[in-house]
Amino acid sequence: MTLSLVLEVLIQGMLTGLVYGLMALGLSVIFGVVRVVNFAHGEFAVVGMYAAFLLFAALKIDPFVAMGLVAAAFFVVGYFLQRVVVTHFIRRPDHEQFILLVGLAIVMVNGMLMIFGPDARHVELSYSYDSWMLGPVLIDKVRVFAALAALGVAGALFAFFRYTQTGLAIRACADNLTGAGVVGLDVDRLYALTFGVGLACVGAAGALLICVSDVTPMLAPSFTLLAFTIVIIGGLGSMGGALLGGLVIGVAEALASLVIAPSMKSMVSFALLVVILAFRPQGLMGKRAA
Amino acid sequence: MRREHLLLGLLAAALLALPLALDRYQTSVLVLVFLSAYVGQAWNVMMGFAGLLSLGHALYVGLGAYVSAALFVHFGVSPLIGLLAAVAVCVGVAMAIGALSFQFRIEGVYFALLTIAFAEVARIGFDHLKWTGGAGGLFLPVAGSDGQWWNLRGGPLFFYYVALAMAAAAFALCAALRRSKLGYQWLAVREDAEAARAVGIDVTRARMSAVVVSAAMSALGGVVHVFYYNNVFSAQIFDMTRSIDIMLAPIIGGIGTLFGPILGAFILVPLGEGLIFATQALGVNAPGAKAVFFGLALMIIIFLAPNGIWPSLRKRLGIGEAKP
Amino acid sequence: MSLLKVDGVTKRFRGLVAVDTVSLDVEKGAIFAVIGPNGAGKTTLFNLIAGVYACDGGAIHFDGARIDGLAPDAVCAFGLARTFQIVRPFPGLTVHENVAIGALLRQADPQAAFAAAEEVLRKLDLWDRRAQVASSLTLPDRKRLEVARALATKPKLLLLDEVMAGLRPTETDRMVEILRMINRDEGVTIVLIEHVMRAVMALADQVHVLNHGASIAEGSPREVTRHPQVIASYLGAEALG
Repeated sequence: MTLSLVLEVLIQGMLTGLVYGLMALGLSVIFGVVRVVNFAHGEFAVVGMYAAFLLFAALKIDPFVAMGLVAAAFFVVGYFLQRVVVTHFIRRPDHEQFILLVGLAIVMVNGMLMIFGPDARHVELSYSYDSWMLGPVLIDKVRVFAALAALGVAGALFAFFRYTQTGLAIRACADNLTGAGVVGLDVDRLYALTFGVGLACVGAAGALLICVSDVTPMLAPSFTLLAFTIVIIGGLGSMGGALLGGLVIGVAEALASLVIAPSMKSMVSFALLVVILAFRPQGLMGKRAA
Repeated sequence: MRREHLLLGLLAAALLALPLALDRYQTSVLVLVFLSAYVGQAWNVMMGFAGLLSLGHALYVGLGAYVSAALFVHFGVSPLIGLLAAVAVCVGVAMAIGALSFQFRIEGVYFALLTIAFAEVARIGFDHLKWTGGAGGLFLPVAGSDGQWWNLRGGPLFFYYVALAMAAAAFALCAALRRSKLGYQWLAVREDAEAARAVGIDVTRARMSAVVVSAAMSALGGVVHVFYYNNVFSAQIFDMTRSIDIMLAPIIGGIGTLFGPILGAFILVPLGEGLIFATQALGVNAPGAKAVFFGLALMIIIFLAPNGIWPSLRKRLGIGEAKP
Repeated sequence: MSLLKVDGVTKRFRGLVAVDTVSLDVEKGAIFAVIGPNGAGKTTLFNLIAGVYACDGGAIHFDGARIDGLAPDAVCAFGLARTFQIVRPFPGLTVHENVAIGALLRQADPQAAFAAAEEVLRKLDLWDRRAQVASSLTLPDRKRLEVARALATKPKLLLLDEVMAGLRPTETDRMVEILRMINRDEGVTIVLIEHVMRAVMALADQVHVLNHGASIAEGSPREVTRHPQVIASYLGAEALG
């Protein structure tokens, strides 16, 4: 194990971690505002992967372009999912929300299994195997592009929540729901927008993930867990925390694959999760609940 | 109460005599029904009684299966004794998870996630544990041991009565727990933990006991599962879909009710078998079709009847089950 | 003889002092009121006594034993039961079950607990409602259920957090009657937080006034209402209820 190999793995982990972070950001945004845990989050990520895969296979649309289309489509899906279905569950007990979304997750993952079968698919880009040499360290171009795109989308999201009227209104909802209602904000609409934005994130992340990883339907549950792990480590409801959690998990898993075994990598994430839950339950960047 | 006892007696008699009228396949379906009702009952102790959502309940079933099967395969230990080890391991793990969660106030969504995480850790761990066959699975010797009831060896008919007895015992146990001091403490904790503390209930102890009882019950479910199927694969037994299967029957039947898990199992298992036939007959060679249907069923049930089917059915039958 | 002795208790939240070296001495058999404007730290003080929060300073003794630092359930087991300002019955359970769960603290056998609960429910005029699910009760009934559940734990002392709030005058009078009866017939000492001054005047032997987390006066209801600082901080602003 040479130093350059370790460096390479570290950098790869960070780059992939940023894409994971974008995926988790969607989960975090939805939970932070709507207070619903999207248990089908990984399933949406995989649908995003398949969508980008299909767009590439059928129309030769580059996934980095398809990312925009997928995100837009996912926004619409999220908007209506919240308006039509999830809204009825906002005031219901936690376990009922959970079960609803678990049901949705089962439908999605098995629906994909019916449509695409269990075999792995991937996208072969002209620059799939290009890389840069940074001294002795080899860096994949696609991974860099994917990480930059993830940062770009996350940046756009930060700007949306900080500078637009709608973004500020959504944050007002998250901070003080009753207050938001009192000052006349249309909470239902803002919730639907938030759900849409959250799914747009995960859709974009899916389109990016297809560039760096094969897709099978069975990835979905592990992505859901991954997203949760990241969000809890970073801090539920904290946007920066989701990206930071993604980085942490990306690096931890990459190192675990190298040092222990690729199939054991999620053990490391779960170990991190347990440590965080025990000693810093609000996550790395979360605020402690009163 | 009279009416309830009469119906219960009739049901028991019918179920005892039923195998006479069934073929081997139908008997095996009912074995699954009873096992599903049994494990559902165990899950229900945590969720329905104590309000603790376990989304990784396959953990305990899988551990029970692996412990008893490994002891049998490697040392020839009878599952009747292996059961004790299985229960001990499951209770130990449950207490560890419970201690971690309740010590650090991990509740609600976080608790549910933690249960999944532990099931996943077990899945990956057993995938790599050579002693139990790793990812290739652990197989029990089949030939030449039929009829050794003390080693839980037998055909569907044998397991029919084993599983029936388990389902009946779990029902009786839960009915007794439900009416006990501990049972009322669970309900109080489920309804409002802080208010429960204010009337002198040690919430952590109540939750811990629910986790322990549920894990111990599930361990036996795992033991019988592995000796019935003669094999166990970590990728299957600890899988999240297995955990979801465990929850389905009590959710559809009625969370927190005594008959819910039984009713749910009687609906879901035959429905699943029927769906397999239907998809085969239609020539749809789609492995996910059955699960898609279950996922939809789950969504519709939780949408329309979050309390499950039993509460409304109970009213029609005029049976008074103690309110959950 | 004092039953509850709060000795210089302090609680801070993120630098904000919610309760500032407050001392109380509640005689056995007394009805003791804690009053003060909103945000004076009354409920925080209750939470400190009931073990919900840990004290940042001071000590609390109950019936000769030191109870600060104990968990709420242990405090309740010592014979100190409380109600919540915003009532929290077990919503999905029946009235009878709610109270029986309280009684289970002193009664291992559920049947005996239900019998004990019946006694309490009859005393508080809730027996007719026994089969109703708690979430379906009206507010006055819920308030009485809250008292009933606490009473079923057979406490030596009841901490009542605004049990009159939101009640109409006739309902308030009824609650006053009930509390008097509990105090007189069962010998239960009562400490109550109350905004409804009519009830305080009618019930309390001793009144303690908090403002901004600190004690500003203590005495009989008549003395306290004449205290200039009390009038300035509280009664002046909100007028006599």
